[in-house]
Amino acid sequence: MARITLDNLAHSYNRHPKDESDFALKPMTLTWRDGGAYALLGSSGCGKTTLLNIISGLVRPSRGRVLFGDRDVTDLPTAVRDIAQVFQFPVVYDTMTVRQNLAFPLKNRGVPADEIARRVEGVARMIGMEETLDRRARGLTADAKQKISLGRGMVRHDVNAILFDEPLTVIDPHMKWELRTQLKALHREFGHTMIYVTHDQTEALTFADEVVVMSEGRVVQAGTPQSLFDKPEHTFVGYFIGSPGMNLLEAEVDGATARVAGATVPLAAPYRLKPGRVQIGVRPDAARLSGGTEGVPFRLERVEDVGHHRILRGRVGDQVFNLLQDEGVPIPEGASRVTLDPARIGVFVDDWRVEPLERAA
Amino acid sequence: MEKPVNNRAWFLVLPVLVLVAFSAVIPLMTVVNYSVQDTFGNNEFFWNGIGWFKEVLESDRVHAALGRQLLFSAIILAIEIPLGIFIALNMPRRGFWASLCLVLMALPLLIPWNVVGTIWQVFGRVDIGLLGHTLAAIGIDYNYVNDPVDAWATIIVMDVWHWTSLVALLCYAGLQSIPDAYYQAARIDQASRWGVFRFIELPKMSGVLLIAVLLRFMDSFMIYTEPFVVTGGGPGNATTFLSIDLVKMAIGQFDLGPAAAFSLIYFLVILLISWVFYTVMTAQREVP
Repeated sequence: MARITLDNLAHSYNRHPKDESDFALKPMTLTWRDGGAYALLGSSGCGKTTLLNIISGLVRPSRGRVLFGDRDVTDLPTAVRDIAQVFQFPVVYDTMTVRQNLAFPLKNRGVPADEIARRVEGVARMIGMEETLDRRARGLTADAKQKISLGRGMVRHDVNAILFDEPLTVIDPHMKWELRTQLKALHREFGHTMIYVTHDQTEALTFADEVVVMSEGRVVQAGTPQSLFDKPEHTFVGYFIGSPGMNLLEAEVDGATARVAGATVPLAAPYRLKPGRVQIGVRPDAARLSGGTEGVPFRLERVEDVGHHRILRGRVGDQVFNLLQDEGVPIPEGASRVTLDPARIGVFVDDWRVEPLERAA
Repeated sequence: MEKPVNNRAWFLVLPVLVLVAFSAVIPLMTVVNYSVQDTFGNNEFFWNGIGWFKEVLESDRVHAALGRQLLFSAIILAIEIPLGIFIALNMPRRGFWASLCLVLMALPLLIPWNVVGTIWQVFGRVDIGLLGHTLAAIGIDYNYVNDPVDAWATIIVMDVWHWTSLVALLCYAGLQSIPDAYYQAARIDQASRWGVFRFIELPKMSGVLLIAVLLRFMDSFMIYTEPFVVTGGGPGNATTFLSIDLVKMAIGQFDLGPAAAFSLIYFLVILLISWVFYTVMTAQREVP
């Protein structure tokens, strides 16, 4: 096991990239500590699979280095990097039994037979497949096959990291939950470094200690699920994380106040902004519907009941704005304004978060 | 609720039934009819029971032809299946060269049987054929007209030339359908090249391979035109395969009764062996 460092990494599928837009991965430097659970989160085509393939050695980066511990593995092939990978579609060796599947990576590495038998039994217990060890892998359900793929990685003692490439895509919804819980438990118990690629924020946020959010080939933020939620560094993170995502409103900020849709919104601290497109962002649960004259004009369009709370969907001016209300909180008759919690308003210039003056000083 | 039952829909099948009866069932029944009757000419027929079947089954001539036929099919399969797999494994996966390979591989499949026969008949001739002449020039005593071994070699090489592409193309299609993730997983598991073939490529190809084996078996077991054009069944009877023998019997000697019995037995043998292939190959795939 080892710390994984991506040092000034960038990748282009063009042989001679001309400008930044030719890069599938923009230059990035990241360090992943040994034994951490990380998620790479982003929409399709944001470069997260490319990044994963660079780590596993299936793709050689155009620039920069990949380090496992202090060892530079940039030019090493997959086979000697000592990583394990679980793919989007379950990969099992059809003609083998579950036992043979689990033993395969060890057999190829010349591990003695009694050692193999012992470790296979151990892994079967971990993934809960002791009962089916002598069944053919063909014909098992998708989730069982994914467990075998995972088991083939866990059976080895030399793995630096286990990589997951959207492993739950083909799994039934009720099994997804179970597998994710099991994965989390395995991580806690055995402490492998795990890197989990997904476009599903629930998966990412429940699985990982630290989530790396990617957009258009760029790492826009890396942090704990809580920090992504509370302090998104980029409007993409704000919008992408949370359901519904962060509300973003065009604004003019002057000192400690913002003007939005003709109304004045107080901010928690004064800002001094560079010129650019200014937006304020606020989470749907940090806004309150009000019947008075305070706040931003809001037009309620529809109410969705989602169990413990309700989503109030509407518009501020012509911009979409959603509120989250606890169940049972009444919706005041004729409510036409929303007030925003100043402490939870973020200010963004050209999509990037700006810190207020006091904290910056 | 009761389902409405209306058997008049069967009338819709009638045209097919008539067509199939006209093109297959009735001709086949004619053969069955001949196989149980004897004639002394004048269009007068007598009931002969299973007499012709007994005669064919006890005939040394048919035994010999069957033996040659089985040997031929076995050799063909033993060469074409591994060779086809080997070619498919080494074909480029995508791009210009893949397309070029596909076109080149498909070419032999487009040539009519008798033309293939003629090509090789001329190609192998010692006097004017490029192959025959070259072999003679470098001192190899090759003559498919006189030498049974040379005749066999020529026909086998010709069949391999003609049909290996089919096996290769089928296997290629099977290989193309394997997702990259399998190869990546194998690399991560440090599988050897042999391991990748044995545990990923071969199992994924098994479906198309079954089709390839069946097609090549049936085709080679019924081969007629090419050996007929190249060797005419000779020298002697060395390359007289079942179908050539059958035609000799039916049209050459006009022994309609034995020929009909022969046809039916021939048909049943193909059916039986195909069934064995199918059962063995699918049973292997479906063991739980």
